[in-house]
Amino acid sequence: MINTRTAPVAVGATTVHRAAVATDRPADAPAIRIDGLTKRFGTNGPIVLEDITLSIEPGEFVCLLGASGCGKSTLLNIIAGLEHPTSGTVTVTSGSAAVMFQESALFPWLTAGRNVELALKLRGVPRSQRRSQALELLDLVNLTDAADKRPHELSGGMRQRVALARSLAQDRKVLLMDEPFAALDAITRDLLHEELERIWRETGRTIVFVTHNVREAARLGQRVLLMSSRPGRIANEWRLADTGPRRIESPEVSRLSIAITEQLRQEIRRNAQH
Amino acid sequence: MPSTETGTGTSTSVLPVPAAARATSDDDFRTLEAGLDALQTVPLVERGPWRRLVDGVLPPVLLLAALVVAWQFYVVIAQPRPDLVPGPFNVWASIGELWSNGRLQQAVLTSLARGGAGFLIAVAIGTPLGLLLAEWRLLRRALGPLLSGLQVLPSVAWVPAAIIWFGLTDATVYFVVLMGAVPSIANGLVAGIDQVPPQLRRVGSVLGASRLQLVTLVILPAALPGYLAGLKQGWAFSWRSLMAAEIIAMGGSIGFGLGSMLQQSRDLADLPAVLATILVILFVGILVELIAFAPVERCLLRRRGLTSGGTR
Repeated sequence: MINTRTAPVAVGATTVHRAAVATDRPADAPAIRIDGLTKRFGTNGPIVLEDITLSIEPGEFVCLLGASGCGKSTLLNIIAGLEHPTSGTVTVTSGSAAVMFQESALFPWLTAGRNVELALKLRGVPRSQRRSQALELLDLVNLTDAADKRPHELSGGMRQRVALARSLAQDRKVLLMDEPFAALDAITRDLLHEELERIWRETGRTIVFVTHNVREAARLGQRVLLMSSRPGRIANEWRLADTGPRRIESPEVSRLSIAITEQLRQEIRRNAQH
Repeated sequence: MPSTETGTGTSTSVLPVPAAARATSDDDFRTLEAGLDALQTVPLVERGPWRRLVDGVLPPVLLLAALVVAWQFYVVIAQPRPDLVPGPFNVWASIGELWSNGRLQQAVLTSLARGGAGFLIAVAIGTPLGLLLAEWRLLRRALGPLLSGLQVLPSVAWVPAAIIWFGLTDATVYFVVLMGAVPSIANGLVAGIDQVPPQLRRVGSVLGASRLQLVTLVILPAALPGYLAGLKQGWAFSWRSLMAAEIIAMGGSIGFGLGSMLQQSRDLADLPAVLATILVILFVGILVELIAFAPVERCLLRRRGLTSGGTR
């Protein structure tokens, strides 16, 4: 199943690239392909994203990093299909993506288990299998005991893990994460990094992770994309050799963080001259 | 995953981790996470049912007793004209008399049945109306102001028109009740839906909900507290409108309700019976609130973790 999001039919002179959807695509087709994507709010509003071309391989863990206002969340929303590009195309090869937000956005009237079950229900899983599948997913995030608790009885970190289990319940090959750990304390965040990395290795999901935290990006990503602000462009990218599980204290994470921070500051300084 | 490269100069070699060791480290991680979860969650201390009863019942009962005592003191000390200010004992005797000749029971049952039926009809009309208003922008722009206006208009103003249209029948009473209750219920649902966090709708559509599923599985449950507040107000308006209609429209095929009893006592200049009827009307209203709405509301708010704030 291929789902290509194209800009709505061109208004004025914007060129709309239509993706050539190959029916017999090679096995190593990218999981997400973005081609010449531009986004502006309104017809004459500021350009938020400019000419972004990007391809993300299946099973890749990509971090989108940038200062506020660089349009990283907008880019994620466009990939998720929640917003539409002004021009250019976005193709999610597996059809659609699961999304996780900064707020867990769990349904407060349902228990943790029922929240996961609702995602299974909307996916079309038959009623008889929902309970057991929900418990398996909660076990994956180490929350089996919390299945009957309601969101307000859980800590922020636990809520985000339930939200993670819920997005895994969607069973999409691509998982989009919009600053999911930004509101958590450092100790919890550190544990959730480990959890997410483990789940990524176990499930082979393609993950696009938006963050404004340099160390978080260096800790998690196989590939870190730095975005510049106003307009949002991809300014640079770094690839990390996957050396197995790493830690936020690891020297390679520190080295990468320093390099990224250096360029991030340059990008931010550029804005002062206007 | 066996691997070496770390980037610059120093290359460390990591030995492949045996499966057993990995399992232990996984267990370690689970224990670590469970420990943090335990630290971050505070167990809720539930008040026992007996304590809740005492907390809930004692203060209003004490206040009521104090008011009755003050009333009796006033009657004894100031000695007002008994036909203008009857004492609590006169009123109590009047209630006893109304009870013993069966008129009180008849009036309460007639009014409750009519109020209840009118309220249910109002729910059946107001709920779909509110849903349409909240989800259909054009209808909201067109009908919203009118509905808010109707909510402000005292429904008793409809009584004369209703009598001309429907005569002295139950239809008049129901019409007035509906004009009072439907706007409250519809507006309550609209307010409830307006307050649904947009994030929940986004999650619903990200999870692949159709428009109908979004309404039934996400928006309506999320709007439930606001809807319940609307229902409470709708009941209050039903009950008030009913009393007003019963006082004004008497005779014909209209049954004998509490409002009719109030009007009849006034015609007989029987102040103790008037006060007795007012107390009964008040009491029925409080009882319905306590039995029907309060438990549902408490349960709803507790499930969503909204009970800790305020003075409830």
